[in-house]
Amino acid sequence: MSIITTNNLELYYDNFKALKGITIDIKEKQITALIGPSGCGKSTFLKTLNRMNDVVAGVRVDGEVLYHGENIFAPSVDVTTLRKNVGMVFQKPNPFPMSIYDNVAYGPRLHGNVSRLELNDIVENALVGAGLWNEVKDRLKKSAMGLSGGQQQRLCIARALAVQPDVLLMDEPTSALDPASTIKIEELMATLKEKYTVVIVTHNMQQAARISDKCAFFLLGELVEYDDTEKIFAMPSDKRTEDYITGRFG
Amino acid sequence: MAKRNYFDNELQVLSGSLIRMSHLANDAIASAIIAFETHDIPLAEQVIAGDDKINEMEREIEHHCMTLLLRQQPVARDLRNISTTLKMVTDIERIGDAAADIAEISRHITEHIPSIAVDIRRMAEEAKSMAEDAVQAFAVGDLEQAKLIIARDDIVDDAFDAIKLDIIKVLVADSSMADTAIDYLMVIKYLERLGDHAVNVCEWLEYYKTGVHNTGS
Repeated sequence: MSIITTNNLELYYDNFKALKGITIDIKEKQITALIGPSGCGKSTFLKTLNRMNDVVAGVRVDGEVLYHGENIFAPSVDVTTLRKNVGMVFQKPNPFPMSIYDNVAYGPRLHGNVSRLELNDIVENALVGAGLWNEVKDRLKKSAMGLSGGQQQRLCIARALAVQPDVLLMDEPTSALDPASTIKIEELMATLKEKYTVVIVTHNMQQAARISDKCAFFLLGELVEYDDTEKIFAMPSDKRTEDYITGRFG
Repeated sequence: MAKRNYFDNELQVLSGSLIRMSHLANDAIASAIIAFETHDIPLAEQVIAGDDKINEMEREIEHHCMTLLLRQQPVARDLRNISTTLKMVTDIERIGDAAADIAEISRHITEHIPSIAVDIRRMAEEAKSMAEDAVQAFAVGDLEQAKLIIARDDIVDDAFDAIKLDIIKVLVADSSMADTAIDYLMVIKYLERLGDHAVNVCEWLEYYKTGVHNTGS
């Protein structure tokens, strides 16, 4: 079942057309990888899915992005709620300069009245969900800045999970991490998809092949090919996809 | 478009090695058939000794494939190329084995059954040319040719069935020819398998080109 559908989505940075008629169905509780060379529009596309591009000057969007069937650009849509439901994890871990606990509790505190006990549960569940609980449960009040890069990234995932989203957008979440931390995040993603829909931008072809169910290849603002990951990496339909994933350009 | 020299060169070297190995295996089959027909013991021994070289090439090609899988982590056409090579190399090695086995029989066979030998010659020609054509189709990536070769396997299979019946007749009529008849039976079995290996090579070529492997089931 689709959770996000875009229809003929176009995005302009002033006069530059960065996305050209993107039509795609993102399946619920699957991992969708967006691949393509730098500047192909994949990160722009990702950021459009929870309207992170709204804050960029000169951005204009045509077409629609349906989230649970509702156009996210409709005037009735509350952007804060949208971003709570469609969370984002960035390339560089960006914990807030506060304690581990407060990092995770930040969103729930912002979004509503929760008791201290409820908050404790939310923080624990989010940290368990992000595979970080056992490593930090004895130092929740310590600064998040003291965590390793991999732990910080999982903290950011926990922070996103704490507001109970159903989609997680990840923009190259492991590109700043060492192989061991990368594997932890990848393993985590495999468990996350039991509850959440994950859309990930990655430059690492092996990572896309390892973790994703569906794969979308972007080139020059166009969606060239979107198919099962196994198909994309074994027998892509479009020569441009083949040339890119085999390293013949990009 | 960026050049990808190193990996492309490696793939070319790999393909060249497989083609060279295939030629060795096909030469071995041709010699084994001559040795069988003419009872040429030195030629038979040459074929048996030559099988070591084919086996050695198999190991080298496998190692090269494993190295490329490890270091290049290939996908798409590159992955199909290397996995196809890994499968084909086994069939080519078995073609070499079939040649050595026929040569082994040729070394000790003493009698002749002229009426059957003629049919075996025809069957051998067909199986040998299937193997040669399969290698050629692989070398140039000719999918249409591969399909034609696959269809020719029925000729070899039918020849096997017909010659087997003739061999049984010889056995029934003259039990003193039993040794030779059984040797003949083994030779035609090796030739029948040779046709199967040629079919396998063609099916792997098909997989390389289309991404679909027809298992024949």
